[in-house]
Amino acid sequence: MTSTVSLTVNGKAVSAEVEPRTLLVQLLREILGLTGTHVGCDTSQCGACVVHVNGTSLKSCTMLAVQAEGADVTTIEGLADGDTLHPMQQAFHENHGLQCGFCTPGMIMSAIDLAKRNPDPSEKEIREWLEGNLCRCTGYHNIVKSIKAGAQAMNA
Amino acid sequence: MYNFEYTKASSAGAAAEALKADEDAKVVAGGMTLIPTLKQRLAQPSTLIDLNGVDDLRGITVTGDTVTIGAMTTHDTVARSAEVAKAIPALAHLAGLIGDPAVRNRGTIGGSISNNDPAADYPGALVGLGATVKTTKREIAADDFFVDLFETALEEDEIVTEVSFPVPEAAWYMKFPNPASRYAIVGVFVAKAKDGVRVAVTGAGPCVFRVPEMEQALSSSWSPDAVADIKVSDDGLNSDIHASAEYRAHLVTVMAKRAVAGAK
Ligand SMILES: Cc1cc2nc3c(=O)[nH]c(=O)nc-3n(C[C@H](O)[C@H](O)[C@H](O)COP(=O)(O)OP(=O)(O)OC[C@H]3O[C@@H](n4cnc5c(N)ncnc54)[C@H](O)[C@@H]3O)c2cc1C
Ligand code: FES
Ligand code: FES
Repeated sequence: MTSTVSLTVNGKAVSAEVEPRTLLVQLLREILGLTGTHVGCDTSQCGACVVHVNGTSLKSCTMLAVQAEGADVTTIEGLADGDTLHPMQQAFHENHGLQCGFCTPGMIMSAIDLAKRNPDPSEKEIREWLEGNLCRCTGYHNIVKSIKAGAQAMNA
Repeated sequence: MYNFEYTKASSAGAAAEALKADEDAKVVAGGMTLIPTLKQRLAQPSTLIDLNGVDDLRGITVTGDTVTIGAMTTHDTVARSAEVAKAIPALAHLAGLIGDPAVRNRGTIGGSISNNDPAADYPGALVGLGATVKTTKREIAADDFFVDLFETALEEDEIVTEVSFPVPEAAWYMKFPNPASRYAIVGVFVAKAKDGVRVAVTGAGPCVFRVPEMEQALSSSWSPDAVADIKVSDDGLNSDIHASAEYRAHLVTVMAKRAVAGAK
């Protein structure tokens, strides 16, 4: 049985028909076509699917779409302002914070949540924060650099 | 994932009634354990009853000698609570070590203890502090709550509503985390309180357990040296690709020593 879920995604009111078992990430990717949010695992460990729901970062693969009723969701697609990248996106660009880019949307969404709580995180704090965001390419070094720069730019 | 029905609970009592009416229904809290389990098709509930809208299950109350945490309070809320950090620093520290930020933003204390994963952190704090679990039916002492591997004293239609922790004189938690999942390979919670010393071990065995020899030694002398030569038997401890039973037994002593050294 399906039901209608209504929520705000990247500032736009949307409604969709979903099953109770539809995951939030499936709603975003398969129904709304927002494929910037990725799925990298089925064990809730990789963080490729991180989005913001009512301002906090969470794994959209581990929340039901019906649980997002009335929520305000932001995905990677909602960050840039027209052609101007969000400061955290810009920092990943400038610091070469990605290689294949698969983990990047989740990394950026997690990083923004960190920067909102902690305007000038140390390298150690960034590495601890990335516990739930796995990258198979970069070795994390430039991701950490990007996040440090992005947090400073966001809070400048 | 198999399909199921979904409803939102209006209160803990209503959720308990719904569980009573349908033995295949399940409550969902943070979903951090339940949803991955459903994805793997390891469970097939008829209905998920969502506790997320039940606001009176969320929140922290600190009185002089007790910290009370609502079942739906997230790990992140506990980790960042200035009140908890002041009353029981070890508890805020433990909550901040659970999983990763996104897991802490959703996962709840009620879900964690009801699940009773042998490698979960909270069972260490509940048994280590001698907490009391309040449910829709009764109050259960932490020592009686955790029964065995993934098994608790909860009845099928019983819901955890809050957990009360007595404020100790000093306590700390040390965990040797699994480097991939951050679950405890071994976690040791030590606490010194008016009514005695407690040492609780999680991760090492099928279920959290206390170490009476360490408790006695620390009652006579509250110092890391007091437990340095006390070894638990590796008999019945967990053994997997991450750590053998023998290694886990060794880690219990090491983590206990460090927890006593860090106690505040
Ligand atoms: C990547 C990852 C890493 C993790 N790392 C750790 C870690 O390091 N340490 C750790 O301790 N945990 C860890 N966890 C588990 C996490 O803490 C979960 O939040 C927790 O185990 C379950 O809580 P939940 O609120 O998500 O419960 P859910 O998944 O919603 O529910 C779990 C079970 O409890 C039942 N339940 C939920 N609430 C209640 C209630 N109030 N009364 C009765 N029954 C209830 C449900 O029906 C279900 O059977 C990790 C999880 C993930 C995905
Ligand atoms: S897809 Fe891996 S954590 Fe969500
Ligand atoms: S850049 Fe390829 S997974 Fe991170």
